[in-house]
Amino acid sequence: MTAADTKAAGPPVPVPRVPEKTGISPSGQEADGPRPKKRRKKGELLPYFLILPAILAIAAVYVYPLIKTVIMSFQDLGRAALWGNGETPWVGFEQFTNILGDPEFWAVVGRTVVFMTICVVLTMGIGLLIALMMLKVSTWVRLVLTVALIAAWSMPLMVAASVFRWLSDSDYGLINTLLADITGDEDRWLGHNWFLDPWQGFGIITLLVVWGAIPFVVITMYAALTQVPKELEEAASLDGATAFGVYRFVTWPVIKPVFTMVATLSVIWDFNVFGQIWLLRGNKPEPEYETLGLYSFSKAFESTSFSQGSAIALITVLMLSGVAVYYLRQLIKTGEVE
Amino acid sequence: MSASTPTNAPAQVLRPDRRRNRLGYNILALVTAALMAFPVYWLIVSSLRPNHEIRSYDQTLWPSSLTFDNFARAVKQDNFATAIQSSLIVSVTAVVGGMIIATLAALAIGRFRFFGRKALMMIMILVQMLPPTAMLIPIYLQLNALGGIDEYWGLIVVYLVSTLPFATIMIRGFVINIPVELEESAMVDGCTRMGAFRRVIFPLLAPGLAAASIFALVNAWNEYLFAYILINDNSKYTLNVWLMTFTTERGTDYGALMAASTLISIPVVIFFMIIQGKMATGLTSGAVKG
Repeated sequence: MTAADTKAAGPPVPVPRVPEKTGISPSGQEADGPRPKKRRKKGELLPYFLILPAILAIAAVYVYPLIKTVIMSFQDLGRAALWGNGETPWVGFEQFTNILGDPEFWAVVGRTVVFMTICVVLTMGIGLLIALMMLKVSTWVRLVLTVALIAAWSMPLMVAASVFRWLSDSDYGLINTLLADITGDEDRWLGHNWFLDPWQGFGIITLLVVWGAIPFVVITMYAALTQVPKELEEAASLDGATAFGVYRFVTWPVIKPVFTMVATLSVIWDFNVFGQIWLLRGNKPEPEYETLGLYSFSKAFESTSFSQGSAIALITVLMLSGVAVYYLRQLIKTGEVE
Repeated sequence: MSASTPTNAPAQVLRPDRRRNRLGYNILALVTAALMAFPVYWLIVSSLRPNHEIRSYDQTLWPSSLTFDNFARAVKQDNFATAIQSSLIVSVTAVVGGMIIATLAALAIGRFRFFGRKALMMIMILVQMLPPTAMLIPIYLQLNALGGIDEYWGLIVVYLVSTLPFATIMIRGFVINIPVELEESAMVDGCTRMGAFRRVIFPLLAPGLAAASIFALVNAWNEYLFAYILINDNSKYTLNVWLMTFTTERGTDYGALMAASTLISIPVVIFFMIIQGKMATGLTSGAVKG
């Protein structure tokens, strides 16, 4: 279990890795063949041919739609215009002023930020604690824990959401039965609907999100922790440092870059939680369960105002772009992009 | 695993308090493992429970008896076969296409220094960070205009591109670990550039390609949002969207839903097992070189 394992994890994985030789030295191309001049000329064009398909594909699915989002958010695109009857009127900043002036939008933003913060803090905190614990346990226990983490990790999102919906079902859910047994208060818990009160409902959703994200965090953080030099930790404790002191001054500086990047990724993922809420609410999330993603979705597809939906999506992207740029800078710092 | 365990001799002689400490940590870790694995356990147990226990107000942690009735109901559900077919067609095509494009791009990034190389990598990373919900509306409208709604190709293109950046960066990691000298000596021995690629680079790249493709396959297999929006035709639902058919106005058939979910998860679990091994291989080759 080292750095490369975590590559299985998801989007670009930030783990300090074995220093590697970067690409080729310029001399590599000169040694290419007997006729360096011709080779070099070919080498100048070849990479562009190689990346062309990737660029076209990304442009078609991301760049063009993104530009389209920007354009649409300055128009008023409703169902009528979509089906080709009539022109799409330009409305300037009207969509944005409408959205930004709508108290409901700010309620959604607040909910999204609070939900994201709680999820990220819990995921990173519990994940780090489990990773630290993994260093202290016997080999077979670590194996059992790893298997459990991978089992949880490999569960498809929709399947996991189904299981949590079943666990929290008001009539037949295990959570209610267990709570009734533990507290002895059957009237209170049997038949209790967790989703009537959004705070409780989001509690269940948080449980699902955090449970689903922990394996990635633990396995990445554990990989980082195994790269902390043991001699340094021992030397520090011989010098009389407390366990916390060793952690604070020896362990933490080494794992900090990885921790920051995993936390950044978590922020982005948890800001955009969609499927979990969607499925736990039976494909019909009530307004009080709407986070930014769902809000944009329901504006676009249920109120059939695609322009409103686009404008909200665009605002979301702008809110996250700061985080994204921060993430990119971290990647550059650790040499993942060179 | 064992390589990462500290094995210095003095640590072998644990003092009693440290041993007790370790026992405490072991117990804590086992409890954590049980909690993490519990939803998986509940999925499997619920899928094997008789229906009267599923619809009981008093849930028990252990089933009284096991049955395959739920699986029978799940398999008989409308469109099960077509959902498998859709998921397979869409995921496999997207992965094969994605791997070809990603390998080409990875070779360019890993083997050549060219103007715009760094920018390309940054774009790829930034693209990955875009929230899918932000892209949903324009992609939907565009596919609608091109007649791609309810067509497999629309979904295929979306999945292909969404795994492209990750696959490229991952394969690039394997490319730069193959010494250029190998390629050069093959060419000195008379191989063409393509020949050198096919005979020398490709075999060495295979584990990386396998790992990246399994990762992409799992991603496509698990995707829900785009499949739900872009496919409205019941007979073209992918497996994840098909799962919703167990919930009707009259309620949810949890037994069959859990059985169907178990069936869908099995391939993913198998892929995950494979990917762990492949990752270890990729890692060792990297470590030896580094």
